[in-house]
Amino acid sequence: MNFYVPSATVDGREIDFLILALSLVSCAVLALVFGLILLYMVRYRAESGVYRGAPGRKTWRFEISWTVATLAVFFALFIWGGDLYVRLFQPPADALQIYVVGKQWMWKVEHQGGQHEINALHIPINRPIQLVMTSEDVIHDFSVPAFRIKHDVLPGRYESIWFEAKTPGTFELFCTQLCGVGHYSMTGEVVVMSQPDFENWLSGGAPAGEREDLAAAGKELFTAHGCSGCHGEGGVGGTPATTGVNAPALAGLLGRSVKLQSGATVTADEKFIRDCILTPDKTPIAGYPQIMPSFSGQISEEKVLRLIAYIKSLKSGSRT
Amino acid sequence: MSDAAAHEFQFASAEHQRETAISGIWLFLATEALFFGPIFLSWIFARHADPSAFDVGGRRTDLTIGLANTALLIASSFAYGVGLALIGFGRRRGMVAWLAIAWALGAAFIGLKFGVEWRTELSEGLFPGAHFSIHGPARSGAQLFFAFYFFATALHGLHLLIGLGLLAWIIIQAERFTAENHTPVHVVGLYWTFIDVIWLILFPLIYLIGRAS
Amino acid sequence: MRDAAVQHSYLDDGRTLRSWLLTTDHKRIAILYIVAITFFFFAGGFAAFLIRYNLISPKGLIGSAETYNRLFSMHGILMVWFFLVPAVPVTLGNFLVPLMLGARDLAFPRLNLLSWYLFMAAGVVALYAVVGGGVDTGWTFYTPLTSFYSQGHVIAAVVAIFIAGFSSIATGLNFIVTIHKLRAPGMTWYKMPVFLWSLYATSVILVLATPVLAMTLLLLAFERIFGIGVFDPAIGGDPLLFQHLFWFYSHPAVYVMILPGFGVISEIIPAFSRKELFGYKFVVWASIAIAVIGFLVWGHHMFVAGTSLYSALVFSLLSYMVAAPSAIKVFNWIATMHKGYIRFDAPMLYAIGFIGLFTTGGLTGLFLAALAADVHLTQTYFVVAHFHYVMVGGMVSAYFAGLHFWWPKMTGHMYPEMWGRAGAIIIFVGFNLTFFPQFLLGYLGMPRRYFAYPQHFEALNLLSSAGALILAVGYILPLGYLTWSLLYGERASANPWGATGLEWTTASPPPTENFAVTPIVTQAPYQYRQAEAVNHE
Repeated sequence: MNFYVPSATVDGREIDFLILALSLVSCAVLALVFGLILLYMVRYRAESGVYRGAPGRKTWRFEISWTVATLAVFFALFIWGGDLYVRLFQPPADALQIYVVGKQWMWKVEHQGGQHEINALHIPINRPIQLVMTSEDVIHDFSVPAFRIKHDVLPGRYESIWFEAKTPGTFELFCTQLCGVGHYSMTGEVVVMSQPDFENWLSGGAPAGEREDLAAAGKELFTAHGCSGCHGEGGVGGTPATTGVNAPALAGLLGRSVKLQSGATVTADEKFIRDCILTPDKTPIAGYPQIMPSFSGQISEEKVLRLIAYIKSLKSGSRT
Repeated sequence: MSDAAAHEFQFASAEHQRETAISGIWLFLATEALFFGPIFLSWIFARHADPSAFDVGGRRTDLTIGLANTALLIASSFAYGVGLALIGFGRRRGMVAWLAIAWALGAAFIGLKFGVEWRTELSEGLFPGAHFSIHGPARSGAQLFFAFYFFATALHGLHLLIGLGLLAWIIIQAERFTAENHTPVHVVGLYWTFIDVIWLILFPLIYLIGRAS
Repeated sequence: MRDAAVQHSYLDDGRTLRSWLLTTDHKRIAILYIVAITFFFFAGGFAAFLIRYNLISPKGLIGSAETYNRLFSMHGILMVWFFLVPAVPVTLGNFLVPLMLGARDLAFPRLNLLSWYLFMAAGVVALYAVVGGGVDTGWTFYTPLTSFYSQGHVIAAVVAIFIAGFSSIATGLNFIVTIHKLRAPGMTWYKMPVFLWSLYATSVILVLATPVLAMTLLLLAFERIFGIGVFDPAIGGDPLLFQHLFWFYSHPAVYVMILPGFGVISEIIPAFSRKELFGYKFVVWASIAIAVIGFLVWGHHMFVAGTSLYSALVFSLLSYMVAAPSAIKVFNWIATMHKGYIRFDAPMLYAIGFIGLFTTGGLTGLFLAALAADVHLTQTYFVVAHFHYVMVGGMVSAYFAGLHFWWPKMTGHMYPEMWGRAGAIIIFVGFNLTFFPQFLLGYLGMPRRYFAYPQHFEALNLLSSAGALILAVGYILPLGYLTWSLLYGERASANPWGATGLEWTTASPPPTENFAVTPIVTQAPYQYRQAEAVNHE
């Protein structure tokens, strides 16, 4: 049994420092509290004849000093904890994106190259990884204790966390949000590999070219579900002349500002695209009649992710 | 003197008992306000997520009945106020008459709300569920609107029914009350007005916001 | 004291069942509550015992994960709403508020009885939910798991909590009005014992937070019955909205559980140190500050739930601020012991145990308030250990401390002192053995609510389960000797501890009307004169 498992990430090591500091503060306070209580219990027990002196003069100075001291320590801890936390919200731009879908009671992982895994996540070492996560049913929580990270996975949203593993090895993955009877079994492993090993794993023995990557799979769906019928081949957008209807261009959509019919302007992120596919009625785009049908119930969360990957891969500039 | 100022044994005087009862009901109303709070909060929150569909639902409500009901409740509170003032002058029969009017106005609200308005809406298929009759893009938002609508009006109606019961009890017990000693009339009056206030928040949420945009 | 012997005790005022079930005497209602609360404590404790039994083996010993989920849900629901939230207010509070104020009863005695009946009705529905198959959602009822995916008697459980909520509201309302309006002549606000102040703060939370929970649960039930999504994203709702509303109640509810405990300890430490409470006004205002700031920290339950970065930062800061008043109290209690004449009767042992365990629980709260550390520790056994240190180590110890302290007043009998001390020590040891290993488990990453777990967590779990066995003995012990003392315990004098406070000026047990003559208060509380104390022994 191990009482300390070194963190496998840089941020995790810093979190360990914070926890260590918190432990030291706690031990000091506990030593003070227990020490004083024990001391007084012995020294001032009723039977003891020790001279008590005049009753101590009560003064607010004591109160002010220990209140201020407490608050000062607390404030320092707040800043420290907050600083590290803010970093968890800021993935580096070059982070490798991997999609995760939680489902009662398994984890499904989709790599950019189209590789799927269940209850396992293979990642390369020394490279920032960003997980984009959603759930098909209830709230789950993606937790890797060795990385000191954890985040709820909600239905209808994309939540994201990132980390950079520094130690190769296999680490435990848990669901830490009660998600039903099989909650305890919703576990898996995270495998951290060297870059060559990872490349090797990605190709999985299959010769390159045979496996479809996510975007290519998305492209197939784009045709199969009739998206290209209105939005045009390659998502260039539609006009009455080309596709018969006016449909917005999708190339270069991600990260762009989109004006809605309601007058609001939103930034097109993954969730926006997901909402547009599943509940287009709620986000009618300015300048286009809302005629897109809803694909809710017809496309699984994984297929949505593939479509998003495809739309991401489309180069802007080919806009009409 | 001692007859007029009868009080329970934990109080020093009848006046003491009266003050205590009034404090109690105010605190109770604070609790009630927070009880309704989450409905208003989630209502506004849900509308914010899908305003246009919510408004499609809002425009299907019956503004005429809504206005009539608002008038009824305000009039009822007013009538109650007159009754309360009259008992302060010792005019018990006047109080009974005005409280009866307040009761009738409240009952009319119930009749109009549930006997007419709800019935029409139910027959038009506006109750959320598989048979919900609004189709098209706004369906789910409008459904949520009507979920809130039925939930909140049912709860408000329940409060009103309890209020009607209390009012009836005051009227039946009218013999007990004198100019000096009529705490229950005061307490029930505060509750009755509170129901009114809840309605004055519900009214714009139900009938006006959807029509305003 | 003066004519105690000739006065009629409240216990003799009718011996029929009817005289108990229709009583409006706050002291009798307190006794009714003690009986009910004790039952729920052991029912919830039994579930806990089975949970610990299951976790002895990494594969789980009770056979099915479904049963396990139902057990911890039952444990949580019963312990939170049927023991921890009501425990001190409805038993010690009901008994003592009028006595400490110098009043004859609470402001609304019939409302008080009604609150007991509501509580019992809620209890019956809760037991129906449990016996009828239980719920497997945990006591937190997160959506959409609860609204659509869960099997079991969710509606019954929700209705039970809804009714229990109104029982709490009735009690809180009664206390606030009573403290405002029924203080004896001369009992100014700053002459009130701290116990009353902390119940006042508790009651404010009960009255203002409970209705929010009631409505939230009603919306949840509505969603589950009609399939309309206020909280379910699949049909247009927002699951985080539920969490916000739930914790808006449930975090202040934590202070409902612990504040009365602070009050009890603030009475006992001066009484057994023969010394005035150090920093009375600071202790008082710390309670009020906790009640107020406690309303503004609910978001710290959601640091990994997908709320915004900024809200997390604000809630983290506020959480540190709410911890400061608790620290102030601990320092003041210790300062009270300084230069005292300390005696070690059972209430004092429980109180000292409380300070130790509560401080540990509070300090580990700092870990969870530090955002980045929370990310690692939340949802693990670290959290479980943290809140058990506060709730069980803290609150239950305080309840036992108070129960022993006022037992002579309530029953007219002394409990057997040696047994009392033994109980206090066994509970302290058993508790630490049960829950300290869970801090380590949490740090190592063991998630909560797991029916089975990886092999490498086994040793610590075994240790924890062994501790639970000792803890169980510690809890059953008082049940035995306190019951025994009702029949065979030595008769108690009006003031066996030589304590201050109006409740000790009347007979033990007190007469129905509490005081023969309404007392007039001239002194500040806790005026212990030390020279006298030395002679007392």
